[in-house]
Amino acid sequence: MAPSLTEGSQQRWLLTLLMLVIVALSLVPSLRLLMEALGDLAQGSEAPLWRVLQAESTWRALWRSLYTSGLGMLIALVLGSLFAFVITLTDIRGKAWLVFCFMLPMMIPPQVTALSWLQLFGPASPLLKSIGMAPPLGSPQPLHSAEGIALLLGIQSAPLVFLALRTSLLSLPRELVEAARISGARQAQVWGQIILPVTRGGLIAGGAMAFISSLGNFGIPAMLGIPAGYYVLPTLIYQRMASFGTGMLAEMASLSLLIGVLALAGVALQQAWMKRSRFGLMGHSGRAHDFSLGRWRGGVTAVLVAVLLAILVAPLAALVVSSLVPAVGVPLTLESATLAAYHEVIGRQGATWRAVRNSLWLAGGAALMLVLCSLPLAYRLLRLPRRWQSLALGAIELPYALPGVVLAVACILLFVRPIPLVNVALYGTLGLIFVAYLMRFLVVCLKPVAASLAQLDPSLEEAAQLAGAGPWRRLGGIVLPLVAPALFAGGLLVFLLAVNELTVSALLWSAGNETLGVLIFNLAEGGESVLAAAVSVLVVALVAALMLCLNLLAPYLPKGVVPWQG
Amino acid sequence: MAGLMIDRVTKRFGEQVAVDALSLDVAPGQFVALLGPSGCGKTTMLRMLAGFEALSEGEIRLGGRTLASREQHVPPERRNMAMVFQSYALWPHMSVADNVGYPLKLRRLEGDAYRRRVAQALDLVDLAAYAERSPQELSGGQRQRVALARCLVADPDVVLLDEPLANLDRHLRAAMEQSFRDFHRRTGATMIYVTHDQSEAMSLADRIAVMRDGRLEQWATPEALYRQPRSAWVAGFIGQGSLLQVAAGRPGQRLGEDTLMRGLAAVAAERTQPVLVRPEHVMLLPELSSQRGLRARVESATFRGERYELHLRLESGEALLAYHHAALVEGHDVALLLREGWCLEPDR
Repeated sequence: MAPSLTEGSQQRWLLTLLMLVIVALSLVPSLRLLMEALGDLAQGSEAPLWRVLQAESTWRALWRSLYTSGLGMLIALVLGSLFAFVITLTDIRGKAWLVFCFMLPMMIPPQVTALSWLQLFGPASPLLKSIGMAPPLGSPQPLHSAEGIALLLGIQSAPLVFLALRTSLLSLPRELVEAARISGARQAQVWGQIILPVTRGGLIAGGAMAFISSLGNFGIPAMLGIPAGYYVLPTLIYQRMASFGTGMLAEMASLSLLIGVLALAGVALQQAWMKRSRFGLMGHSGRAHDFSLGRWRGGVTAVLVAVLLAILVAPLAALVVSSLVPAVGVPLTLESATLAAYHEVIGRQGATWRAVRNSLWLAGGAALMLVLCSLPLAYRLLRLPRRWQSLALGAIELPYALPGVVLAVACILLFVRPIPLVNVALYGTLGLIFVAYLMRFLVVCLKPVAASLAQLDPSLEEAAQLAGAGPWRRLGGIVLPLVAPALFAGGLLVFLLAVNELTVSALLWSAGNETLGVLIFNLAEGGESVLAAAVSVLVVALVAALMLCLNLLAPYLPKGVVPWQG
Repeated sequence: MAGLMIDRVTKRFGEQVAVDALSLDVAPGQFVALLGPSGCGKTTMLRMLAGFEALSEGEIRLGGRTLASREQHVPPERRNMAMVFQSYALWPHMSVADNVGYPLKLRRLEGDAYRRRVAQALDLVDLAAYAERSPQELSGGQRQRVALARCLVADPDVVLLDEPLANLDRHLRAAMEQSFRDFHRRTGATMIYVTHDQSEAMSLADRIAVMRDGRLEQWATPEALYRQPRSAWVAGFIGQGSLLQVAAGRPGQRLGEDTLMRGLAAVAAERTQPVLVRPEHVMLLPELSSQRGLRARVESATFRGERYELHLRLESGEALLAYHHAALVEGHDVALLLREGWCLEPDR
């Protein structure tokens, strides 16, 4: 017995150490940012924080951030709740496909979404030119506006509303609806008096998530707003960094602090509301309530399909058309169609290929590292007292909950000078982006693993222990095989997010170290929209393929790991 | 008050038949239990009565009105029924009084009349003091009573109860059984009660429909079910007793002591009629040497408080259950008499 005891405590210490290191690393960027922003307060009115707070540009950008995110949230609420209610509660056909198509915009990187919509509208649209409906040259691009930004933010975050509402609709016990109906309530009364009030928590959560994610979004306001001189907080930081370099780091830290506080306040508000509207629900749940659409079914299906055509199919079609024309402004015909852009992307050993390679390495490496850390980390976390557990999880979640620009600025602050003691300079290398990705995506990988571990019956491990298996043996022989699907799914999710990431890398890239996200952004900014479209088409194909992979894994995973499967 | 007619109702889920040509005729004001093991189709039958499931075949009529058939389906909200769910299904965003009053609101009752009826209903279940609480603050038994109050508030034609005691502990069950009985007596409503617990059904219902694999096994009063079960399966499901093979009688016949004892003495090949012998009809003889009686060996004796339960083995190898006032030593031989037995249909 004695050797196994020491082995057990040795394991516990190692895992605890690992956990402490990781939690500390998750907190370091935020702390460094706080130090920088608040550090010079002693300078009085000359302190960077005061200068930032006094600048008119700050307040204008803040107001624009709130306006576009708020409007985007409303659009997301309308779209998301329409799909959630219809798909979850009625007997509409083809649910799986509708859900998959509706979730796709969330997984497509924002810069690609923005690019495809830009290709859909405006005088230069290859699609409109090809079907002869392009507006005359010189007419404005309608998307270069606050409302254009809000529309795209809404479409991108609508799946968040859908997911939150669907989760709470699925946990609505069937009996609550049946009790109302047998009490004499007609369908409309059931909706208004039972379903909506009981699931308002999901609606609030979804709305708040849509707002917070829109607030931190960089790709959409960058592609649509910067050309029109319309700056929101993240793009303001980007623009200042691009023009002044690291000379204004203190101001940037202050701006980041502002947006970080805004995002965290949103999270706190959401949690408070959720707590107020959460009910202890009893009864059989998890089965859709089959409201019969009857003769309305055709019409409702048509509405959903039309929405999907407008928000997904049309922009993607515009993207594909744009990638096939020989040059901007040439309409697509059978004769003019060319694959030259794809040759350029895949065939030449230029900057394009380098960016693709960089992104694949970064995403693959981060996914692998995080998969390796997640199991021991989750294993130790779940054995903590509940209070400590939620604190540690909060710390780990922080770099993901904060907008990407905030993390990027914090990483610059941390690594702009060589790391003391080891004297390694990360700034200006791919390593900087890699470290930022590790911090940002740890929670994405950890969550499914922790969910899967929490579901595991403790008696499985206890039985192995009685049979004589030591702690490492149990972790490797019993726990690992049982949570392997969740680990794999976590890694795949990290890869999916990291390979398309733009916000963090937009601030951290340097010549030779571009990522796929930066490449598309730079190509589009440089007017090379045909090449940008070609890269984007490949990215969308990659995203769809990875999502299908996760779909295949879904039956082996705990509920909710694959975000688009209820 | 109107009677409920269930006429050859069948429900199929794909290939699987959940309810198979079930017919019942429920008189107005009757308390009926649908009894059977899980998966026998009793809950499906209840959900068809409520209108949550459509029929595959057959017809349900209430009074003269057809509620459901293959062509017709009155939705639940227009059947004027009420239901107590296993999980109670209290709406978490409404207070106790709002939960109880909801059916009245839907019937456009307002003002004083509304408040009076809600107060009456809450009084009936002794919950007037809890009117403004939220359902989450109540205990299981209190929630159950709120669900009952909600049921009776709108004077439904039929009250449906879906295993309403399944989530309660044993002590509370006895109290709730009593409140169901009171509730039925005071309202006189027709009640359909689904349960898998035979003692619950026996103590509450006027009439019991025993279901098995979607089919009606027997439809009788609790006394008749106990004394005259139709088949060996029903006999095994309700009450205790032993099954013996006897060379006398035919299904549905009661055998007296003499016939029964003679029938048991015949050779094995002639003993083909299954007979149910309840333990209270087994009498142990004081004298082992007596010429009368059968011989049996005591296999085990279990103390049950007011008496001992003896598991005996007859010389023919058949098992027999008996009650006795004193403990007997395992392995001892006893002599016994069988007072009466009931001839069953052979099991299908």
